Amino acid sequence: MPVTILLWCVLALLVLAVAVAAVGLARRGGGASVVYGATAAIAAAACLAALAGRGADAAVVRLPLGLPWIGANFRVDALSALFLVIVNFGAAGASLYAIGYGRHETAPERIVPFYPAFIAGMNLVLLADDAFTFLISWEFMSLASWALVLAHHRVADNTRAGLVYILMASFGTFALLLAFGLLAGPDGGYAFEAMRAAHPAPAHAALVLVLVLLGAGSKAGLVPLHVWLPLAHPAAPSHVSALMSGVMTKVAVYAFVRAMFDLAGPPDWWWGLAVIALGGASALMGVLYALFQSDIKRMLAYSTIENVGFVFVGLGLSLAFAANHLDAAAVLALTAALFHALNHSLFKSLMFFGAGAVLTATGKRDIETMGGLIHRMPQTALAMLAGAVAISALPPFNGFVSEWMTFQAILLSPQMPQWALRLGVPAVGALLALAVALAAACFVRLYGVAFLGRPRSPAAAQAHEADRVSVGVMLALAVLCLLVGILPGYVIDAMAPVAQGLLGARMPRQAAVAWLTLVPFSESRSSYNGLLVFLFIAASASLAAYAIHRLASRATRRAPIWDCGFPDPSPATQYTAASFAQPIRRVFGTLLFRARETVEMPPPGDLRPARLTVRLDDVVWTTLYAPLAGGVRIAADRLNVMQFLTIRRYLSLVFAALVILLMVIAIWR
Amino acid sequence: MALIRDLVVQGVQMALVVLLAPLVTGLTRKVKARLLRRRGPPLIQPYRDIVRLARKETVLADNASWLFRVAPYMIFAATWVAAALVPTFATGLLFNWAADLIAIVALLGSARFFLALAGMDVGTSFGGIGASREAMIASLAEPAMIMIVFSLALLVGSTQLSTIAAFMVSPDVGLRVTLGLALVSLVMVGIAENARIPVDNPATHLELTMVHEAMVLEYSGRHLALIELAASLKLLLYLSLIACLFLPWGLVPRRPELSAATVAAYGLGGAAYVAKLGFGCVMLALFETAIAKMRVFRVPTFLGAALMLGFLGALLLFVSRGL
Repeated sequence: MPVTILLWCVLALLVLAVAVAAVGLARRGGGASVVYGATAAIAAAACLAALAGRGADAAVVRLPLGLPWIGANFRVDALSALFLVIVNFGAAGASLYAIGYGRHETAPERIVPFYPAFIAGMNLVLLADDAFTFLISWEFMSLASWALVLAHHRVADNTRAGLVYILMASFGTFALLLAFGLLAGPDGGYAFEAMRAAHPAPAHAALVLVLVLLGAGSKAGLVPLHVWLPLAHPAAPSHVSALMSGVMTKVAVYAFVRAMFDLAGPPDWWWGLAVIALGGASALMGVLYALFQSDIKRMLAYSTIENVGFVFVGLGLSLAFAANHLDAAAVLALTAALFHALNHSLFKSLMFFGAGAVLTATGKRDIETMGGLIHRMPQTALAMLAGAVAISALPPFNGFVSEWMTFQAILLSPQMPQWALRLGVPAVGALLALAVALAAACFVRLYGVAFLGRPRSPAAAQAHEADRVSVGVMLALAVLCLLVGILPGYVIDAMAPVAQGLLGARMPRQAAVAWLTLVPFSESRSSYNGLLVFLFIAASASLAAYAIHRLASRATRRAPIWDCGFPDPSPATQYTAASFAQPIRRVFGTLLFRARETVEMPPPGDLRPARLTVRLDDVVWTTLYAPLAGGVRIAADRLNVMQFLTIRRYLSLVFAALVILLMVIAIWR
Repeated sequence: MALIRDLVVQGVQMALVVLLAPLVTGLTRKVKARLLRRRGPPLIQPYRDIVRLARKETVLADNASWLFRVAPYMIFAATWVAAALVPTFATGLLFNWAADLIAIVALLGSARFFLALAGMDVGTSFGGIGASREAMIASLAEPAMIMIVFSLALLVGSTQLSTIAAFMVSPDVGLRVTLGLALVSLVMVGIAENARIPVDNPATHLELTMVHEAMVLEYSGRHLALIELAASLKLLLYLSLIACLFLPWGLVPRRPELSAATVAAYGLGGAAYVAKLGFGCVMLALFETAIAKMRVFRVPTFLGAALMLGFLGALLLFVSRGL
């Protein structure tokens, strides 16, 4: 039984975490590698168990833990199996990578015990089959990851990242708690089975949607709940960043799908609209934020927000289609969203591993100090190039397939009768196209500035290739991104039981189509064949190379840079990341970020250099969070008086509160 | 037998686009020159340029990486594949269904991705400025393109070019405002994507105004030949796309039997295609001669207009269907 195996895996991870903490294995040389190796093995076993269990009928395992009248229920169905595969595959990859990467860690004892616990927490969330277990696991996952964010707590910004993260995580859990409370109803049916049977009233269901969007959305990083994500994800060590960005956001997606598709009953059409709008806003804002960053890990974290936005647009479309009983379209949108979640976990892990390798090699995270790394780190550069192409949604890699499917789902929106959806969805489609194009710009910028060009600092000029294990993991992920991109039919077929379970319908079987073409509906409507496109490109490139080498001159000479005849030897004359983003900042920044450029020109005769200052305003932070934080501080200042009262006053306050509460109840009745 | 026939037709199309591409550039240049009362270079000058470049020694910058050497092949291959998938003289080719309109646009995006990276490889300011501006133009052109795709998909119920072309010659199409708006929008996107006036000037030698030329500044010899050929192919692709969507007459649908009539139809289709391309080149030259290049930061307005036209087209379609 897959549930039992998975529970044993979780137990093994927890035992490992406790053992490491107790024995202090981490501090000894090589101890960390042993822990990472063991974690990788357990995660791989769990991944295989989940793969094997995706088709099996879902049986509940009940352990005598937690609330006595419910116990702790665990179950694996198709949906949780898919996410278990994503989580454990990502965890296995990150653990393997960490065997090499973790050697450069200065304080392994602050990371190694929490690392298996974090993975165990994510697994438990996916296995939970009642609200109580789910919330405990959710909180456990949040706290373990919080400890990992604070691993390097002496770095200046990390404590603030930890504070913002724990606040947002607690808020998210609180929202989910209320959502499950509403779903459980007055009788307290906390088991998912009971929730599935009882459909909440429309007003309650609407409230559940809002609460789940707050709870799961804040973990996934939906705008405007994203503020913690670009602070916390980069603060952790790179393999943990990869897990948080690539995998933990998927757990949040799972929570949303579980609550809204499975537990909340039949959807209303406007649910879809709300989710689509939030997703579209996240996609655009995330990528724009990413374009204006120069910290490599922070860029990747913002790009996670963009991709999560993409996933949520797919989920919202699916809800809207399902509300209108357009089953085929709903299945397509849901599959596109889940497929994108899987793809994102692959290429985002790859990118974070690459960022970690760069960080180890140069000791820096600011891409403005890098350059020319393709010469010093050729294998990392190759893997990162594949990741950049995949994340920019370019064929024939995997990112394109899921975005193509999302666009196909968007093109079906005119079938829906509601005018708000008919007009809104195409607008979101244009927004997504904008986000995709900007993502390509963002990753040209990242790759072009960090890996190409000339070194901008001595550290970049002295960089060295990452260790073999890390490089191997990165290259394997790059190959996987390509394979999933050219053979998407098999992945989609493997995901079919999920849609079958949630929506009662499935995509047409893709593996049976001739030439492995992807055909969502009919061939005359739309089709895409990654395999053929890949073979075509390979064949034409080889043909061109062959022809050129046979017919054209093969003479090659190395010479100094041409640069229109005036090459400047200083690497400072290269285009920087800030200047690369300038045209886009001019076009979008003034509106969305209140970007202001001021030129400070010294008067004639003054020898100071002229200065250009760019100021960007994070609109979400200044309009939403800053007033909130200010209000909390003022309230805390006022309430501070309460701390220094005499015992008599406290007693009278308690008495007054009691009387008021009793009166409220009396009037209520 | 049918498979071999289909393969041959597909191969003919692949060869045709590569062979015709420099001619499109040559014809546009010639017409432009004549409009300016110059004699202009001969029509075959682009072929000569490519051959001459291919024969020359390639000069690589000292710090050029492997990406710089691989990129021309990738750019050329992606553009070529995209051009080979757009119906030119016949629809329903063997591999037409391998990629729909969205995938063709994305393939061009792959080519652009590598071009922009190649521009940044050597680490010069011109390469960077070109890549950065190209990224801005592309990020605005892509949503406009998606809106065009959306209008067409709404009308035809497909993103497959062969299906759309078949619909456009059928009597169901009628005269629609949406199609007019989509055509204008597509032309604007095509002008921006191909670095033509008023967005970019293909003949400029003033560095600060260059976009496409700035990115390929460091290329020479056989690499430059490939990139020039890819640029011509892209222009041909957009002309073929407009022809296939809005002038689909003469396109030969897939035929089950192979006879003299089929071969004649293919010949006629080819002639019609060449005529359409010629018409497109003349119109492009006329437009380019009549208009001045705009500042870089007016390009967003231009492409924003294309996006809004596409959106308006989709809206009009909704309204006309709703009533």
